[in-house]
Amino acid sequence: MATTRTPAQVSLRDRARWFVELATTPLVPGDFWEVLDPMRGGANPRGRVVAVRPETRDAATLLIRPGRGWRGHTAGQYVRLGVDVDGVRQWRSYSLTSPPRPDGAITITVKAVRDGLVSSFLVREVRAGAVVHLDQAAGDFTLPLVRPAKALFVTAGSGITPVMGMLRDGAGGLGDAVLVHSAPRPEDVIFGAELRALAARGGLRLVERHTAVDGRLTPERLAELVPDLTSRQTWACGPNDLLDALQDTYDAAGHGDRLHTERFRPVVLAVGEGGTVSFADSGVTADADGATSLLDTGEANGVLMPSGCRMGICYGCVIPLREGSVRDLRNGAVTTATAGDDIPVQTCVSAAAGPCHLGI
Amino acid sequence: MTTIQKQEHSPIAHLTAEDVENLGRELDALREKVIASRGASDAAYIRKVIKTQRVLEMGGRAVLLASRYKPAWFVGTAALSIAKILENMEIGHNVMHGQWDWMRDPKIHSTTWEWDHASPAEQWKHSHNELHHTYTNVLGKDNDLGYGIMRVDEGQRWYPAHLGQPLWNFINAVFFQYGIAAYDLELGKNLASKERRRNPAFKARLAATLRKVRRQAAKDYVVHPLLSGPSAPTTLAANLTANLIRNLWTHSVIMCGHFPEGVETFERTSIEGETRGEWYLRQMLGSANISGGPLLHVMTGNLSFQVEHHLFPDLPSNRYQEIAPHVEALFERYGLTYTTGSLPKQVASAWRKVIRLSLPNDFLKKTPARPAAHRAVAEPARAAVAGA
Repeated sequence: MATTRTPAQVSLRDRARWFVELATTPLVPGDFWEVLDPMRGGANPRGRVVAVRPETRDAATLLIRPGRGWRGHTAGQYVRLGVDVDGVRQWRSYSLTSPPRPDGAITITVKAVRDGLVSSFLVREVRAGAVVHLDQAAGDFTLPLVRPAKALFVTAGSGITPVMGMLRDGAGGLGDAVLVHSAPRPEDVIFGAELRALAARGGLRLVERHTAVDGRLTPERLAELVPDLTSRQTWACGPNDLLDALQDTYDAAGHGDRLHTERFRPVVLAVGEGGTVSFADSGVTADADGATSLLDTGEANGVLMPSGCRMGICYGCVIPLREGSVRDLRNGAVTTATAGDDIPVQTCVSAAAGPCHLGI
Repeated sequence: MTTIQKQEHSPIAHLTAEDVENLGRELDALREKVIASRGASDAAYIRKVIKTQRVLEMGGRAVLLASRYKPAWFVGTAALSIAKILENMEIGHNVMHGQWDWMRDPKIHSTTWEWDHASPAEQWKHSHNELHHTYTNVLGKDNDLGYGIMRVDEGQRWYPAHLGQPLWNFINAVFFQYGIAAYDLELGKNLASKERRRNPAFKARLAATLRKVRRQAAKDYVVHPLLSGPSAPTTLAANLTANLIRNLWTHSVIMCGHFPEGVETFERTSIEGETRGEWYLRQMLGSANISGGPLLHVMTGNLSFQVEHHLFPDLPSNRYQEIAPHVEALFERYGLTYTTGSLPKQVASAWRKVIRLSLPNDFLKKTPARPAAHRAVAEPARAAVAGA
């Protein structure tokens, strides 16, 4: 960065920044910018929902215009999206269904899952104008720059979403491409009309499997539908058992490297009484019962735990829960974090509710 | 007031251990009710307060760019004073208590918030959240009882230096943010011996505070005056005034929390093996409210609901008002006194106590009152001080 500027410019710029930061201390200038423009400020880039389009009866596409700090994406990648549901910031990962667009906007397509707090909120309650929080796009489930001569996409349910981003981006450049997509019924196929139109134009061979009638897809059935599957560069996204079976098939054929998979995180975590607590940064792992606080467990195992009142009032013992579930010993409320969440918890009144990783 | 354990007629003598535990359970249930109903409207409330505060601060400072014109000076100083009070009370104090941690917004969180105040958040959270809120009104444990410079309870031993405490209290009010910073550093104790002065942990905390003080002072007394150009001297005066108003206001509100007559104190030994119910009971008797309207509540950071705040320090401040009638009803059912009064009444009450206790106990009374009770008070008090 500094190589493009002369030292005098650097120092002038740094001094200006130092002066502005001193004028806003203990806040940062962004905290005031945010008041004037909600798309600025904050630790993460933000995005404004421009439109919400229904796709099926339980899926919708959100067109989002990212604000400052968004660095763009490659088709097939996903983004972690943060929304406030009932006042609480919740983060979930969604595949980007848009290719990079000239106007910089992105789309995600969300299927409302049963008891899904965030997915239901995004499909049914979010309106145009809402501001959401974004992480940078991530993931290596993408097409190579040199498109493969023969490609196969195997998707099920909302597993179509990352592949849709690729097809929209690379359909023209893909030569011999096959998509085998499973959904319960024809009307449940997300992007059904667009996929059928694409197939009709000859951009792709589309095999729709309707599991309510045809049953679940197996590698054997897939081999019948696409006899040369292991000779194709393959991108697959769907249930874990399907992906595992595919991996075995490709490995057995000696072409494990041709299979690219994207696994959606399982949403159901083991919640129970007690569990293995890993104090990740301290390199300590300990078993804890459901009645012992994380603070006591850490201290008993030599972890330098921050602590205070030890009764849940002072917040001096708060550390991030990286992954797993903990239970509030006062009211039994369970807090669950998945990778990337880092939810701060009060260790003096929380016990393990299943395996959990703490950021200390 | 002497400590509750040494009073002839204890206000809690009528409560059985079972009563106290029932009281605790009722308060736990009240807390759960609020937690279960926390949601989007609460989140919208704190964000609105923060936005209002920032608009007021930016607006006030912008108007002060022309502070050499008198109307601009008055408008700008008023806006900045209100902004600073909101920032310290309804926002800073409450966010640092973790009242808004449940929103999982990293920008409005007890672990990340830094306030417009001389004392760094980290140190304030230790002395306030951890020590004061855990050991509320326990002689020798809760240093908020007189901040180590004053005697605010008969149970605290009198020294001749206490004669000057009305003056110390006034000086503390004027420089309140620095007083708190010194208090959070435990400056009196830590400067007393060479060993303590050289303690690396103390030196690191001192350096952090000095850095914060420098930046705070540079902002209000150098940067913004410089930006005002020809209005520099008047902007400097305006910023000094805003900080003074904020100091006097917060000092008054905070005096009303635990110093007015009717607030009880506790012996050091009384909290050994204390149950949840007993802790609640101590918070109930050790705090006093200020009665008033919505504007008073927001400007005091809802510390006008000091009793409710001490029972539930991590519940969102905007909810104290709705639980106050339930809490007051609980006081009544358990035969306890809910201490409250208007701001002028409570401030006067606290000041009267500061002045009265600048003299030895019962000095102003013509005849030595209740000599037996007096002795009984003096003995354990000495023990408590010696043990401290």
